[in-house]
Amino acid sequence: MGQQTISDNARLHSAVEPQSSGYETLVQTNDDGLYVLSVLVSGVHCAGCIQKIESSLAREQGIRGVRLNFSTRRLALEWEGTFEQANAYVAIIEALGYSVQPYDIDVEKSEIFKEERFLLLCLGVAGFAMGNVMLLSVGLWSTTTETMGIATRDFMHWVSALIALPTILFSGRPFFRSAIKALSAGHTNMDVPISLALVLAGGMSLFETVNHGEHVYFDSAVMLIFFLLIGRYLDFRARKNARSTATDLLSSLSGFANVVGGGGFVGNTNRILIRDLEEGMIVRVAAGEKFPIDGFIIDGESDIDTSLVTGETMPRTVCVGAEIFAGTLNLSAPVTIKVAAAAEDSLLADIVRLMEKAGQGQAQYVRLADRAARLYTPVVHSCAVLAFIGWWIVGGLVWQDALMVSITVLIITCPCALGLAVPVVQVLATGRLMREGILVKSGDALERLSDIDTVMFDKTGTLTLGQPTLDGVYDNDMMQMAASLTAHSAHPLSRALSDAYDGVLYGVSNVEEISGKGVRADYNGQLIKIGSRAWCGDMDVPQSKALELWLNIAGQPPVAFRFIDHVHKDAAEVVEKFIKNGIDVVMLSGDRQAVADDIARQCGIFKVYAEQTPTQKYDVLERFKRDGHKVLMVGDGLNDAPVLAGADVSFAPGTAIDMAQNAADIVFMGGKLHPVYATYKVANLTQKLVKQNFALAVLYNMIAVPLALAGFVTPLIAAVAMSGSSLIVIANSFRLRFSA
Amino acid sequence: MNILIYLIPIALLLGLLGLAAFVWSLKSGQYDDLEGAAHRILMDDDDVSEAEDDR
Repeated sequence: MGQQTISDNARLHSAVEPQSSGYETLVQTNDDGLYVLSVLVSGVHCAGCIQKIESSLAREQGIRGVRLNFSTRRLALEWEGTFEQANAYVAIIEALGYSVQPYDIDVEKSEIFKEERFLLLCLGVAGFAMGNVMLLSVGLWSTTTETMGIATRDFMHWVSALIALPTILFSGRPFFRSAIKALSAGHTNMDVPISLALVLAGGMSLFETVNHGEHVYFDSAVMLIFFLLIGRYLDFRARKNARSTATDLLSSLSGFANVVGGGGFVGNTNRILIRDLEEGMIVRVAAGEKFPIDGFIIDGESDIDTSLVTGETMPRTVCVGAEIFAGTLNLSAPVTIKVAAAAEDSLLADIVRLMEKAGQGQAQYVRLADRAARLYTPVVHSCAVLAFIGWWIVGGLVWQDALMVSITVLIITCPCALGLAVPVVQVLATGRLMREGILVKSGDALERLSDIDTVMFDKTGTLTLGQPTLDGVYDNDMMQMAASLTAHSAHPLSRALSDAYDGVLYGVSNVEEISGKGVRADYNGQLIKIGSRAWCGDMDVPQSKALELWLNIAGQPPVAFRFIDHVHKDAAEVVEKFIKNGIDVVMLSGDRQAVADDIARQCGIFKVYAEQTPTQKYDVLERFKRDGHKVLMVGDGLNDAPVLAGADVSFAPGTAIDMAQNAADIVFMGGKLHPVYATYKVANLTQKLVKQNFALAVLYNMIAVPLALAGFVTPLIAAVAMSGSSLIVIANSFRLRFSA
Repeated sequence: MNILIYLIPIALLLGLLGLAAFVWSLKSGQYDDLEGAAHRILMDDDDVSEAEDDR
């Protein structure tokens, strides 16, 4: 290896500034006088990762606490010493091979976080109360009043009241709040009848207890709260990970940029937060780094990978004066750029805004459970009113007894089964998909998925592997020589060639990479070049659609290596399966028409939209939605992010950029396309089970309501009927586990 | 039936103890990372505990 190469490499490495600086500005102090830092660690997949990170940090001096939250990927660090140690700790994590991002500590105190704890607390209290009230109730049910005497019965009722009434007030709050909010806004929801039933059941039972009566429903009321809270908690957990567009996206602007001080080209660089960049600032971007912001190149020449923004596979060569966009990747050489617009005006920010708009369109979806609630409330309330009027005026009962019948109707129709019908199935379905490497972020995504009639695929990285691979068979000597040169380059085509060759390399000297052209080197006194057709290829050979690298050994005719972006092996199969299910398949691509058409033909897709900018892609989606289509989007790039956010439901592969993964409802792993169809199948099954559950709940009401109307319901019947119906719904949901 | 005078408060007390334990575990953040907890049980945590012993 020549001297030149080593110094070249050294230059490249020194150009890459350590990522882990600037974190000292994010350090805070806690109550114990320790420094605390919260960062997001990406790339954590298993127990091994947790252990590796935690144990290597725990060994460090000064560390007092280290905890990695696997669900949120948040690492909380506590240490004593100086706040600058933050950078050293972050460097340790990065040295382990994980990437670290600044994290806003306020998320910890967010409403969502509090709400989840609140629901769990209510659930715990309700569970405690249910157990203890049932203990007394079993005694009440198993003997008669004659055996135990009225005094004992009243005593047990009073104890029940002592437990149940505070529980109703405490654990019923999620329902009361929501009901009051709905009523004050002038409409009703499922929580209105629930709250009414809870209040009336508590009130009536207290009245009966005071008057030595036997219609005491404390057990039912508490059980009602417990079952409903289970459903509510599961639903909340399933939904809390729903796509959080704006905040997550802006946090991708929260990295650091190297700003050259004083506007000069040389001198020290300062690391400042990307969101603090201003127009006119000079930023250095090392090879291998992402451009943090939109701007113009003022110094240097490099290749940039624009696939995130345009979806094009082939890197673009840029020189002084070229416009570059935030999010694109600098491949070959360090460059200096002048910031064209502050972070909030960049193309990235435009995409953020598009996504926010898209997210708002999303909110209009009405879930099946909510639609059921709209039907349910008026029906139940009119039943209760009819029961009261019927028994009082027509049946000739005193009004207290008529009211009692009416209240039992409200209690027994309370939607335990209805409240469990959806969340239980969804939690089971997402758990099953999780084991297959498919992460469903929002519970109702499955519901939306079962409704779709159009699938949109992005091309690069979704239908295709997203990286070029060597196509065809080549002479071994030529491969060896080519690979010896490409080993010195980070260009995607060079890497692809090096990946395809695993033999011994020649020792070449005087290696030089020329941006936008290729690599040149000497071997045994001969000049060897590998690079673009224009630089060292044969212009007379007809141009093919494939990407190419030309190997030119002095005195010999140049040899071409062709590369193609391979289509996923199962792409055609998945497309065919969707079409068989009567679903329209569309391809969106930022790439050239010819390339897009070729890929589409291989996959069996007939509708192709090529050469689309991110905004145009979003417009295509809008057109489809306006025509009443329900659209599933599968995409992986920044340019797909608005469509992912705006589509009725969306998938991103695990290899997608974070922003696309955040925007999507479902993330799938494994480098295949099949999970998209598999999830569609599970979604259909889920929806079938949900509908069966609703049918069971209705069936239960059809039996229970006439009984209650007729006045036959006792506390025992109410308790058995309510828990029975809930258990049947849960049992039916578990069928999801056993069906294919 | 007089036994109830003792048994019911005892039952309630035991229940309340359980509830108090639950509230404590909730407040100390043990339900914040259910996924991670599932993985942690498989961890061979000698390294971490050594570091904790040092304190």
